[in-house]
Amino acid sequence: MIARTARTNAAAGWKTIPLRISYRTQRYLFIYLTLAVPLLYFFVTRLLPIIYSFYISFREWNILSPSKPYVGFANYSGLFTDEIFRKSIVNTFLFVAVGIPGQLAAGLAAALLLQSIPRFRGFFRTVYFIPYITSIVAVSWVFRWLLMPNGWVNSALLNLGLDAQLFLLSPRQALYVIALSMIWQSVGFQMLVFVTGLEGIPAMYYEAARIDGANAWRRFQHITLPLLNPVILFSAVIAGISYLQTFTQIVSMTGEGGPLNSTRTLVYHIYKLAFKNFEMGSASAATVILFIIIFAFTLVQIKALERKVEY
Amino acid sequence: MIASRKDTFAVARYLLLIAGVAITLFPLLWMAATSFKLPQNLYDLSLFPSPASWGSYSYIFDKAPFGTWISNTAIAAVATTASVLVFDTAVGYVLAQFSFPGRKLIFLFIISTLMVPTEMLIIPWYLLATKLALTDTFAGLLLPGLLTAFGIFLMRQFMESLPSELLDAARVDGLNEWSIFARIALPLMKPALATLAILSFISNWNQFIWPFIVLQTENRYTLPVGMVYFSSELKDNNGWIQIMAGATVSVIPLIAIFTIFQKKIIQGIALSGMK
Repeated sequence: MIARTARTNAAAGWKTIPLRISYRTQRYLFIYLTLAVPLLYFFVTRLLPIIYSFYISFREWNILSPSKPYVGFANYSGLFTDEIFRKSIVNTFLFVAVGIPGQLAAGLAAALLLQSIPRFRGFFRTVYFIPYITSIVAVSWVFRWLLMPNGWVNSALLNLGLDAQLFLLSPRQALYVIALSMIWQSVGFQMLVFVTGLEGIPAMYYEAARIDGANAWRRFQHITLPLLNPVILFSAVIAGISYLQTFTQIVSMTGEGGPLNSTRTLVYHIYKLAFKNFEMGSASAATVILFIIIFAFTLVQIKALERKVEY
Repeated sequence: MIASRKDTFAVARYLLLIAGVAITLFPLLWMAATSFKLPQNLYDLSLFPSPASWGSYSYIFDKAPFGTWISNTAIAAVATTASVLVFDTAVGYVLAQFSFPGRKLIFLFIISTLMVPTEMLIIPWYLLATKLALTDTFAGLLLPGLLTAFGIFLMRQFMESLPSELLDAARVDGLNEWSIFARIALPLMKPALATLAILSFISNWNQFIWPFIVLQTENRYTLPVGMVYFSSELKDNNGWIQIMAGATVSVIPLIAIFTIFQKKIIQGIALSGMK
């Protein structure tokens, strides 16, 4: 770039110096003018809100009163002595614990199956991807309707001679049913990520293994899995973060996070604190906790990722 | 012998994949089927309701404001997408094609905002919107999504493939940076712009939390927000036919867009999801 500029300027003879200055100025003017508005925007809508959340988390504030007295860590300790908050943390981690392996296993199975067939790949890929682009609210209501006490699934169970189930009305089943609906919606995305990862594995590895007499399971175990490891870890982070933020499904499928708070998640708790009870301090403290969990999650996975990629 | 075992495996694979198709599509088919039922046949297990009825659709458009909600959602999604296209593309271009002091830092700053959960921003956004008297307005609805870190990241990935010799050649010819961006870079990036536009439209169409919080008046709702209130009210009156009609109109436009543009969508997701 610099070489090119110099050559042009040299060719321009006596105009060299003024031309270079104006060109450089114009260039930087373009760069910083383009970045100015976006950076200001990110500053106001992303950075300041984060700082403000931390700030409010140490204050007591009901959104209406003009004063926001400093209360130290009272909001935080208040949260952890609240049984419902603790329950919402446990539920959130349950979503993560069920969601990540479920989504990754189903996505990997779909990707491997897709890779192993000679025809109709495009068709299957298209179909599997459809749930990912559908509205969570709409899909949640469809699942609610399917899983009603006298809905389609229970009719099918009865026809098979099995017992009808409460599903979303059962404190023991509701969370898992919602997690299943989330897995259903994300399998296509996960499959796509794995297909891209699988395509990056050189075919000659498989050929060499085949010549050495390795069967399909061994090839999967010793070639596919290790080489796919970075993609698996990356996917686990992305999936984990999305399960940590479960909210829309709760509002749509169990309304208040019931039954008996069995599906109340951290984000639902934040929503309730902030926009129903107007306890902005506690709500902000809860968002800070969510932020820290997501941050820790990302760090752990990045560390794991770095270690695994090395060999 | 070996060949026949191979065939069995191949058949088994296709059968598994077809079972997957059934699991994937059945909820959506059941949704559409229910929406065409008559109330007295609500609990029929047939996927092909007979007699079929459009009654639920005339209900959601005449008795409930689904028409308004659809146009609110479409307008908001188009407006946001337009803004994202202009700004994310320009920022992505600058970050990919220029070296200047602070480039790495700026990129890192933008990317790190991806890690911040939306929920953490929503309370301050709400307070900001209240301060600016933007709650329950169209401007307030658009406020947080006008630029996206995701879009900037995506466009930077695409823009890196622009041949810099071409841009340099234009500089030699005396074009200024604005013309180079608008007349050389953008036309070459049309496929990338289309990908960004489609992804942005889809995610805005389905956006829920922020609209749910900032909008308060029924005829300002977007489709997902309206859908939640509408369905919560109707479920107690056994209004499942109408609810499924609402779900169907929420889902169909996107399935149509996806089937038309699937190559671009899949390419965009693979590119942004992998790197």
